[in-house]
Amino acid sequence: MEKSIKHTISLLVSNKPGVLTRVALVFARRGFNIDSLVVSKAQSPEFSRMNIEATGDEKTLNLVLAQLNRLVDVIHAVDHANEDVIQRELALFKVSCPPEKRTEVLQIAETFRGQTVDIGDETITLQVTGKSSKVDAFHTMMDPFGILELVRTGKVLMSRGKAATA
Amino acid sequence: MADKMKTAAEVMLDVLYESGVRHVFGIPGGNSIPIYDALTNHPLELILTRHEQGATHMADGYARSSGKPGVVCVTSGPGATNTLTGILTAMMDSIPIVVITGQSVTPNIGLDAFQEADILGMSFSSVKHSYMVTKPQDISRIIKEALHIATTGRPGPVLVDLPKDVSAALIDPTIENDRDLPGYKEIPVANSEDLNKTADLMNRALRPVIMAGHGVVLSGAEEPLLQIAEKMNIPVSTTLLGKGGFPDTHELSIGMPGMHGTAYANKALSGSDLIIAIGARWDDRITGIPENFCPNARKIHFDIDPVEMGKIIPVDCSVTGDAKASLEALLPLLEPGDTGRWNKQVNRWKREFPLKYRKEGKLRAQHIIEELARMAGPEAIACTDVGQHQMWAAHFVQSIKGRNWLTSGGAGTMGFGLPAAIGAQLARPESTVFTVVGDGSFQMTLCELATAANNKLPIKILITNNRYLGMVRQWQHMFYENRLTGVELEGNPDFMKLASAYGIKGFRVKRSSDVRKTLKAALAWNDGPCIIEAVVEQHDNVFPMVPAGATLDEMIIEAPRKKRSGAGDEQ
Ligand SMILES: Cc1ncc(C[n+]2csc(CCOP(=O)(O)OP(=O)(O)O)c2C)c(N)n1
Ligand SMILES: [Mg+2]
Repeated sequence: MEKSIKHTISLLVSNKPGVLTRVALVFARRGFNIDSLVVSKAQSPEFSRMNIEATGDEKTLNLVLAQLNRLVDVIHAVDHANEDVIQRELALFKVSCPPEKRTEVLQIAETFRGQTVDIGDETITLQVTGKSSKVDAFHTMMDPFGILELVRTGKVLMSRGKAATA
Repeated sequence: MADKMKTAAEVMLDVLYESGVRHVFGIPGGNSIPIYDALTNHPLELILTRHEQGATHMADGYARSSGKPGVVCVTSGPGATNTLTGILTAMMDSIPIVVITGQSVTPNIGLDAFQEADILGMSFSSVKHSYMVTKPQDISRIIKEALHIATTGRPGPVLVDLPKDVSAALIDPTIENDRDLPGYKEIPVANSEDLNKTADLMNRALRPVIMAGHGVVLSGAEEPLLQIAEKMNIPVSTTLLGKGGFPDTHELSIGMPGMHGTAYANKALSGSDLIIAIGARWDDRITGIPENFCPNARKIHFDIDPVEMGKIIPVDCSVTGDAKASLEALLPLLEPGDTGRWNKQVNRWKREFPLKYRKEGKLRAQHIIEELARMAGPEAIACTDVGQHQMWAAHFVQSIKGRNWLTSGGAGTMGFGLPAAIGAQLARPESTVFTVVGDGSFQMTLCELATAANNKLPIKILITNNRYLGMVRQWQHMFYENRLTGVELEGNPDFMKLASAYGIKGFRVKRSSDVRKTLKAALAWNDGPCIIEAVVEQHDNVFPMVPAGATLDEMIIEAPRKKRSGAGDEQ
């Protein structure tokens, strides 16, 4: 078995119904699990941008990329695993937080530049943005307090400087 | 203005006609009536079939034999789902067909309306591309795109789902509506670095073999292939679908590779130091377990589809592009090396292990297939169904050019043989068309006898009747200790009575000595189709055979001599 690594694939696709299914089927057929998926409008309304995180070996990844690029509705699909690109993610953490823990939790949140979006007697909801690794680290820090709910947007990415995000 | 308006269905038929399409295959239904209504006085000819699967295979046979797209038009729901097998068959073999399915009116889609099927969803993984037409004025663009996508690059099936309210809507036909396909990739052009590397490997090879696949036929690369093989003196093996891409009669031809390939093709591949695959995708019926496939040979892969590169077999050099263009660019870079000794060896194998069958005793399927192909002549179109008879046809039909050999390779679809022959005869009315079908396969689509008869198509339908699902019986016999389960075709009809029920001519042959006489009469019969039922030896097995999981050099070349008790009259 080749070793599995995490890939971040960006796609520019036609903004049409069914495109997401076609893309998802390419992953599903080879049992390539999708870890996160973001779909949004691109600058031009005829196109959408997809960012997909998936874990798998190099050979399957190359096959999947070629198959994605073969789709008529895919303008292009590129893997950014080995590239320095801007990547961001947003997450909401609902943490168990009785009044006596509040200061501690808020201190940690501040270190992560987290924002308080909701606060109650027993809970606090924090928003954290940044690289996925930062969100992961915040997750670890919040665990001991008791995370009640967690939602992450999935990774979005963009090339640095003048380069267009392929 | 109003009198210039046409329905979207009419505009669709006009676009098809202007693109060169002349026939449409299918059966109408509630949700495709507007399309059939538009066909009423249209120059496009409707070929009414008896089943939608038949319609798709006809379109497929039409496309394979002519290179032009085959068009199918059916209704929604069951009409649409009946096309799925034909779509898969076309997809697996890269065949350009356009399947237009009627659909419930737009407001009802997704609400389980009468005869609604999510055909788009069901067919996603078996089409090259597909559409749902939601705006009537999009119809001409979509049909142009569908034809373009189906026929260019690596060909394949395209499905167009057309709701009834859309097909019936009136539109201004003069509005220009051209293709808009920003994501459809251009055909790649082989780069010179890859070509130089290929030439270098080929020039230095001592024991090279060319494996020519369907891509050679689809791209029309027969001529440069012939030139390269002759210039370099390289033996050429043609895959099941590549048959005809290189003349079977050529001295460099070594026939089919793989599971039921010739012994000499498999020995040549096993012994080679360089395998040059051209438009062949290393199908598992050829390679077996990829890791064990000819590990000592270097490999070169020519393909139009980047997806195929490294998909199955890691190669030393890949050339992405159209086969014909790539081979033409390669030719001047080649300098003949020393393959003399290798060819002597290959020729020794050819002499030592020829394809053979017993001519004495009971009538053999191989015998009548070989004789029919010979008597029909090299220009005839040979079609097959799926099973033992298909492999025997691959062995004993001699093809000398592309598009004269029609068989379902990738999908192995039983029921392909008769409708494919109908499509071929419609595409090429001047050609002799015969189809070799098994008694099992034939019964999957035999209702299309009516279509053949109605259209007075002089197809020769050879049924090799062994009263078995022979190919499965062979596996059960060889690998499951002869536990025959579900393979006896008890209850076959009387094929002569069947012929007369459809008002067509029937010939039955039981003895080897009657073969020529019967075939002569059948080939002279031109008043519509005819059935030739050959009652053949029941327990014949196809050899050579590479057992599943074994490597090519572990093939069983001939039937074992010993009879096993109760196993019948094994070869
Ligand atoms: C639609 C379909 N169903 C099942 C099979 C599996 N199958 C492959 S060959 C074969 C037997 C074909 O029997 P027949 O047409 O009589 O040909 P024979 O092998 O006897 O020459 C079967 C059942 C298939 N290929 N296609
Ligand atoms: Mg049979």
